[in-house]
Amino acid sequence: MKGEVLGDLALHMTADDTVVTAIDDLEAGTEIPYDGGTVGLVEDVPFGHKIALVAGEPGDTVVKYGESIGRLTEPVEAGEWVHTHNCESTRGRGDIVEADAEVV
Amino acid sequence: METFKGYERPVGPAGVRNFVAVLPISVGASPVADEIASRAGENVRATPHQMGADPPKQAREQIERTLSGIGQNPNVGAALVVELGTESIAADDIADEIAAMERTVETLSIRDVGGTTAALETGTDCARELWDEITDQRRIECDVSELRFGVECGGSDATSGIAANPAVGAACDLLVEDGGTATFSETPEFIGAEHILADRCVNEDIREKLLDRVDRREANAHLMGVDFRGAQPSPGNQEGGLTTIEEKSLGAISKGGTTPVRGIVDYAEQLPVGGGLVLMDTPGYDVESVVGKVAGGAQVIAFTTGRGSTTGNPIAPVIKVTGNPKTADRLANNMDVDASTVIEGESIGSVGKRIYETVRSVASGERTAAEVRRLEEFAINELQPNELADLEGEA
Repeated sequence: MKGEVLGDLALHMTADDTVVTAIDDLEAGTEIPYDGGTVGLVEDVPFGHKIALVAGEPGDTVVKYGESIGRLTEPVEAGEWVHTHNCESTRGRGDIVEADAEVV
Repeated sequence: METFKGYERPVGPAGVRNFVAVLPISVGASPVADEIASRAGENVRATPHQMGADPPKQAREQIERTLSGIGQNPNVGAALVVELGTESIAADDIADEIAAMERTVETLSIRDVGGTTAALETGTDCARELWDEITDQRRIECDVSELRFGVECGGSDATSGIAANPAVGAACDLLVEDGGTATFSETPEFIGAEHILADRCVNEDIREKLLDRVDRREANAHLMGVDFRGAQPSPGNQEGGLTTIEEKSLGAISKGGTTPVRGIVDYAEQLPVGGGLVLMDTPGYDVESVVGKVAGGAQVIAFTTGRGSTTGNPIAPVIKVTGNPKTADRLANNMDVDASTVIEGESIGSVGKRIYETVRSVASGERTAAEVRRLEEFAINELQPNELADLEGEA
C-alpha cells in the first residue's frame, strides 16, 4: 500500500496529510500511533472514513494525498471524524459564485 | 514481447472479440436491434440507446461519431445498422464509416421493409448471414501494443483511491511501457487534481486543452447555479468516506497510472494506437463514459468499484476490480480482480501485475463476470442545453 499504515488502524497517504483513512471500523477511544505519540479517537469512525491528526479551525486546508481536498467548516480537534459535516469542497461551487454575484 | 490472442482485422488493430454489432440509429429502432441480436445468437450484440430521431446538430454529430466508432471498434467483425427511417441520421452514412474500416456492413430500414415484424425477420436473417461471414476467423498472436485499454471507475469509495485505482494505474503503466494505449476519462473527476495531470502533459497544447476542458465542466456547474456537493461526490461515495470532489478526483486519476499525458480527445473520438496515456473528455456517468471509450476504439475496459457495480458493455469486455474487501466478498459473482489485498499488505505493483495478466487473458478470450452474465449496458452521452449553447458559440 502506498503511504504508511499507522498501527494497523489507519492509512496516512503522505507525511504532509492532516487526515488518515480508517482501514477498519474504529471505535471511540482507539489510539492511533502518530508522530511519536498517539491520537485518540473522540468518536466511532467507519471503514474508509477520515480522522483528523491535528486540530484545525474553519477555513484551514484539509490535506490528503499531499494535496488540498477542501477546507474545514467547523473547529476540529485531533481524533475527530472529518467528513461533510465539517469539511467542504472549494471547487465547482456554483453556490459561491451566485452568493458573490448577489453581493455585487 | 507481451502478446494476446486476437482477431486480425483488415484495417486497424486486432479485436479481442469477434462480434456482429447491431447498431440502432435512434430509440425507435432500439427494440428491433435488441430483439434481432437476441434471436440471431450469442455473437451478435446490440447497442440499444435512448437518442431521439432529430437531435440538434452538435448532438447529432456526437451520436454519429459514437455509432460509427462502435461499428469501427476492432471487436466488431461485421455490423448491421438499423434505422426506423425517419431519423435525421442516415443509416447509410454510419455504414459507410464502418465500411471504410473494411468490415462487412448492412443496413435495415424498419419503415422500408414494412414495419417491426418484417424488420425482425429480415434483420435476424441478415445478422445470421453476417455471422456466417466472420465465423471462420481464428485468434492469432498479437502484440499488446495493439491494445487500447480503457479504465473507468464507478461506485467509488475510499478504497478506490487507496487500492483499486492505483493498482489499475500500475497495469496502465505496464501496458504503456509495452507500447499500448491507456485511457481514462470523466472530466468532472479531474477537478481538484487537474494541476497534477497538467504537470504531466507532454506539451503546452495538450496542457491548455486539458485545463480548458476542466474549466468548461466546472463552468457548467456554475452556469446552473449549483455546486457539486450532493452530486459530486454522490451520496453513495459520501457513505463510502469520500468527502469532496477534490478527494474523489485525487483518487480517481490514479487509475491512469503515472506516465506522461500524451493527448486528450473528445467524447467518442478515435484514440491513437500505440499512443501511451491519452485522456478522453467525457461526463462522469460511468455507462456513457465507457461507451465513449469503446467508440474511441478501446477493446478492453477495467472498471474499478469500491461500493459495487455490475455493469458491462455489449462490445468490449469489462474487467471489474474492487479494493473493498466487503464488496469483494458480497459481489464476488460480479468481480474479476480482488485488489482489496492491498489493504492486507499486497503491493500495488503486485496487484497491478495481476490486473495486467487478466487484461491479456481477457483479451485472448477469457470471459469476464459481466460477459458471463450478459450485462451489456449501453448509453450515449446526451449533450445538455447549456453544453449545446457553449459548442454553438464556439462553432
